[in-house]
Amino acid sequence: MDREVSSQSYSKNRLGRWALIMVPYAWLLLFFLAPFVIVFKISLSEVVVAIPPYKPVIDWAQGLAGFVEAAQQWSLDNYIWLTEDAIYLNAYLSSLQIAFIATVITLLVGYPIAYGMARAPKAWQPTLLMLIILPFWTSFLIRVYAWIGILKNEGLLNQFLMMLGIIDDPLVILNTNAAVYIGIVYSYLPFMVLPLYSSLEKMDSSLIEAAEDLGCPPMQAFWKVTIPLSLPGIIAGCFLVFIPAVGEFVIPDLLGGSETLMIGKTLWVEFFSNRDWPVASAVAVVLLLILVIPIVLFQRQQEKQKEAQ
Amino acid sequence: MEHRKPSWFNITSLVLGFSFLYLPIVILVIYSFNASRLVTVWGGFSTKWYVSLLSNEQMLDAAWVTLRIGVTSATLATVLGTIAAMVLARQGRFFGRTLFSGMIYAPLVMPEVILGLSLLLLFVSLDQARGFWTIMIAHTTFAMCYVAVVVQSRLAGFDRSLEEAAMDLGCPPVKTFFTITLPQILPGVAAGWMLAFTLSLDDLVIASFTTGPGATTLPMKIYSQVRLGVTPEINAICTILVAIVTVGVITASLISKRQQVQRERDERMAIANQY
Repeated sequence: MDREVSSQSYSKNRLGRWALIMVPYAWLLLFFLAPFVIVFKISLSEVVVAIPPYKPVIDWAQGLAGFVEAAQQWSLDNYIWLTEDAIYLNAYLSSLQIAFIATVITLLVGYPIAYGMARAPKAWQPTLLMLIILPFWTSFLIRVYAWIGILKNEGLLNQFLMMLGIIDDPLVILNTNAAVYIGIVYSYLPFMVLPLYSSLEKMDSSLIEAAEDLGCPPMQAFWKVTIPLSLPGIIAGCFLVFIPAVGEFVIPDLLGGSETLMIGKTLWVEFFSNRDWPVASAVAVVLLLILVIPIVLFQRQQEKQKEAQ
Repeated sequence: MEHRKPSWFNITSLVLGFSFLYLPIVILVIYSFNASRLVTVWGGFSTKWYVSLLSNEQMLDAAWVTLRIGVTSATLATVLGTIAAMVLARQGRFFGRTLFSGMIYAPLVMPEVILGLSLLLLFVSLDQARGFWTIMIAHTTFAMCYVAVVVQSRLAGFDRSLEEAAMDLGCPPVKTFFTITLPQILPGVAAGWMLAFTLSLDDLVIASFTTGPGATTLPMKIYSQVRLGVTPEINAICTILVAIVTVGVITASLISKRQQVQRERDERMAIANQY
């Protein structure tokens, strides 16, 4: 009798457990994973002037036959097209380059800030932390927009520099790659500082003291002790900046110029201006393939960090 | 790293870093009170751009749509994200766990253009009319992942033996969750809701892809105006949004701080009473 009850409650628990798992799982399968399958399918289609603007459309009313009929018309033409027109290859390469350079600059700007925060008196640290997080809550679009008025030819930065007599003619910054770098560094700085701070803050300062007591110069102690110990933060921060920056749209669109080639913008133009959904899908699939390696590495690192905790 | 005094280098980098983060926003706010239409020339103090906003019905409509989408998607995302966090933190290994955690972490870094495009193509394939509901579903999907991460870190930090004790005493799992677990992780859940809400409030790219006729959100409206140039009205609406978010975040952090102080005091009282 006893055993029966416990096995019953066990199976009920198991059912509950699966129900619990399935709710978010099913949602993500339907609205996160399934859309990628569809993107892939449409990337194999052909653009037509119709609604929806591609063919073939699978006729599910015919069941499997409809699927087979559509599948026979799929082709890799869009992918071949991507390799033939140099603009796509250039856009991918230049996105990776811009994202990489911007990530390095963000690290160089973010590290001293995170280091200063970790060194600050304990009582200030929550406030400093909140000051770093606060801009992250403020709209991305607004923060990018704020830079337009500063970087314009007749903008505040040029007015300021001319007033100081540093320059005579206004610098052209807006609508160049320099503005894109500033935009990415500014927008993603909190993503870099937070993981850096959390790994620096946990660090035991007696390690540095030990190094210095043993005659290690401060600079060398920094390179040999602080940097290696904050490596998890550096890695997490770089992933958090680099991956979204590669596909960034708003920053190159608002701050970049005609020389700025970024794949997120190319995708947007293909989709909204050219209304070429299949090519836009192919662009997305290739972008995803490029990013899948860093994304998987990032996820691994996050899980490892969680386990270490 | 606390007992070392911060050096001049530390202080300078903090001052410069925070100036860099805040100066653009401060300038934006100041110029929203500029009487001149030229955004880079100061023409005296004025609140006329705020007044003209109040009569801009398109802007107000967009704000209302954005608010409704934000509240519904944040609420749904909080429910789904909290469940997902419970699954990740409490359910151990199960078939398909790697895929599940992958689907939780990937949207955090996935470029928005990809998320937007893929969801739109799903809605098209399902022959779904696009508008309020499709944006709401899209926002729920990526916001729930942020909620899951925030709540999960809260779950990792609290004592599991409380849950186990309740269950050992015969409390059913669902009741254990609502009476033991939820009160403990409530600050995380609340932070998750706020994060989901602001993510929805901010989003331009995903909303642009998944929208349909009649559903224009505030960021979409701002974006279409920004493309025409910088105007004081946009500065005004941006200032309002910045003010709402700032007040919200600071209030939330003060409340959670007070609760923490209260809890610590209660704990000390409880310990003192034992002796």
